[in-house]
Amino acid sequence: MSRTPQEAEETRPRTLAEKVWDAHVVRTGGQQPDLLYIDLHLLHEVTSPQAFDGLRQAGRKVRRTDLTIATEDHNTPTDNLFTIADPTSRKQIETLRANCEEFGVRIHSLGDAEQGVVHVVGPQLGLTQPGMTVVCGDSHTSTHGAFGSIAFGIGTSEVEHVLATQTLPQAKPKYMAVTVNGSLPEGVSAKDLILKIISITGTGGGKGHIVEYRGQAIEELSMEGRMTVCNMSIEWGAKAGLIAPDAKTAAYVQGRAHAPKGEDWDAAVEYWQSLTTDEGAVFDKEIVIDAASLSPFVTWGTNPGQGIELSGAVPAPEDFADPIERTTAASALTYMGLEAGTPMRDIDVDVVFLGSCTNGRIEDLRTAADVIKGRKVADTVNMMVVPGSAKVREQAIAEGLDQVFIDAGADWRFAGCSMCLGMNPDQLTPGQRAASTSNRNFEGRQGKGGRTHLVSPAVAAATAVTGRLASPADL
Amino acid sequence: MDKFTTHTGSAAPLRRSNVDTDQIIPAVYLKRVTKTGFEDGLFAEWREDEAFLLNQEAYKDATILVTGTEFGTGSSREHAVWALKDYGFKAVVAPRFGDIFRGNSLKNGLLTVELPEAAVEELWTLSETDPTAEITVDLVECEVRAGDRTWGFEFDEFLRWRMMEGLDDVALTLRDEDKIAAFESNRDAWRPRTLPAAV
Repeated sequence: MSRTPQEAEETRPRTLAEKVWDAHVVRTGGQQPDLLYIDLHLLHEVTSPQAFDGLRQAGRKVRRTDLTIATEDHNTPTDNLFTIADPTSRKQIETLRANCEEFGVRIHSLGDAEQGVVHVVGPQLGLTQPGMTVVCGDSHTSTHGAFGSIAFGIGTSEVEHVLATQTLPQAKPKYMAVTVNGSLPEGVSAKDLILKIISITGTGGGKGHIVEYRGQAIEELSMEGRMTVCNMSIEWGAKAGLIAPDAKTAAYVQGRAHAPKGEDWDAAVEYWQSLTTDEGAVFDKEIVIDAASLSPFVTWGTNPGQGIELSGAVPAPEDFADPIERTTAASALTYMGLEAGTPMRDIDVDVVFLGSCTNGRIEDLRTAADVIKGRKVADTVNMMVVPGSAKVREQAIAEGLDQVFIDAGADWRFAGCSMCLGMNPDQLTPGQRAASTSNRNFEGRQGKGGRTHLVSPAVAAATAVTGRLASPADL
Repeated sequence: MDKFTTHTGSAAPLRRSNVDTDQIIPAVYLKRVTKTGFEDGLFAEWREDEAFLLNQEAYKDATILVTGTEFGTGSSREHAVWALKDYGFKAVVAPRFGDIFRGNSLKNGLLTVELPEAAVEELWTLSETDPTAEITVDLVECEVRAGDRTWGFEFDEFLRWRMMEGLDDVALTLRDEDKIAAFESNRDAWRPRTLPAAV
């Protein structure tokens, strides 16, 4: 007998992302977008106060406090655990605490052992697992895709929607594959890879797509590296980025506070093993990259797509055929105070920032410490090392990494978003130039008038030593 | 949410592409806990320059922002939409928007319309030549009109209906409360929960 259309649909080869999507559809069909169930909702102080206000005004509750968790990160200082000097920052933090108290939401506040950048905390607690839907009022929620989940940033109206209903209406996305064949050469990291990808696609290249990163180089990345890649999916406009879970993923989750245990673990792993793109599944688009051709990659401009090999030189606006790119490049060079043709390695920096949801995990700190061990931060450079969470900080101390950084003359701080965005006291001053392991080099992003070069942890550490953009091979 | 059907007003021609949400409103303005009062943060750094478009007398009354491609990329901050609205903009026209910004705008009654680059170029020229030139952004007909020129635009039918009715998403979703409850009763038991807290 022939199959019904519905049966045909169910047995059709699907991509990983389609499988996760389909498993979360509460309502589909008709003119409305699909209604997706949300497995984990992460909150922080900046994008939630107006959402809680909305609930109060409508007399609504948080539907699933047991699928919701809050941390304080954007506004928190990293020089102490007690005093938030700026009154408006303090007010925002206090508002989050009061809202969590009123609505019964779990919160990890400044000074708490589990406090940290929201996207570091979720995986660390074992709350981020394969095959989930994860949202947060923060565009770097894509980080959690590293576990094979659909994870994306939402606005405050959507935060309110998820708090009230534990669901989100979402238009069906398109699906893209980024296949990275071969192995990354020695000294080339996940950060270099994702910066290269963004330079190819531009800031809007992924628009409307959920992207699956796959191929040998992706499989060979650690979970930390995979999180770095997925984290920056939003920087090329993708709806989300994800990577099929494998043994590494399960090993990372196993034993964490909220990981499934006993029979639950077996059931979970069995499900996770089904989370691969089926043979014959069709992507709307595919990009193929040869890993062997990559080398350390940094940005020269004011959006994450304006990047180039560290071995290259600042491009000239005339190098760009597209008139919009040409104009954008010209204004970026003016803002960055750079002249076309300058070798990237000749660019002096004032500040090195190691941290953020992109590169603030333990592996990032280890990589940088390996480079800087026994060396000194240049006199002209202020290097800030900011662990992504209090737990990362604790582990780094247990491994002696704090002492490596302190001995080198770096500033060893407490956990938080810190200099990734100019919101807390850690900011660039006008004209200051930074090599930063964060995710955005927008004008003023790290402080008014500040100039940002996005780099990997290894390049950040080498740059701190030489005082100009450098890789460990230059030392 | 405010209903949006059609709006006619003059335009501010912002000849820039890749205007990310950090440019629309820098992070220091995000510390407030209210949903209004963000007009001072709009393009705050650029507005320090007296020559900046919005500081020019001719564009003081503009209610439509016409700008380059990839407008609103970057951070998810809905404050970018609130700032544009609080400042007085009713609609933004660009070749392409950041996804999260676009979603946010349509939940706040700020109409974001995608027109091809050539159309944006024409609108720029028009408003630069005559800052008082009236432009109509019509969601009923899915058209942008200026003088004798008309450009159609595509718009998701559901979003168009929601915007024209000024509907609140939460209320719409709660009509399907039974479906949500049914989904919840079938969720796998091993799915993680934040409570009770384990550390």
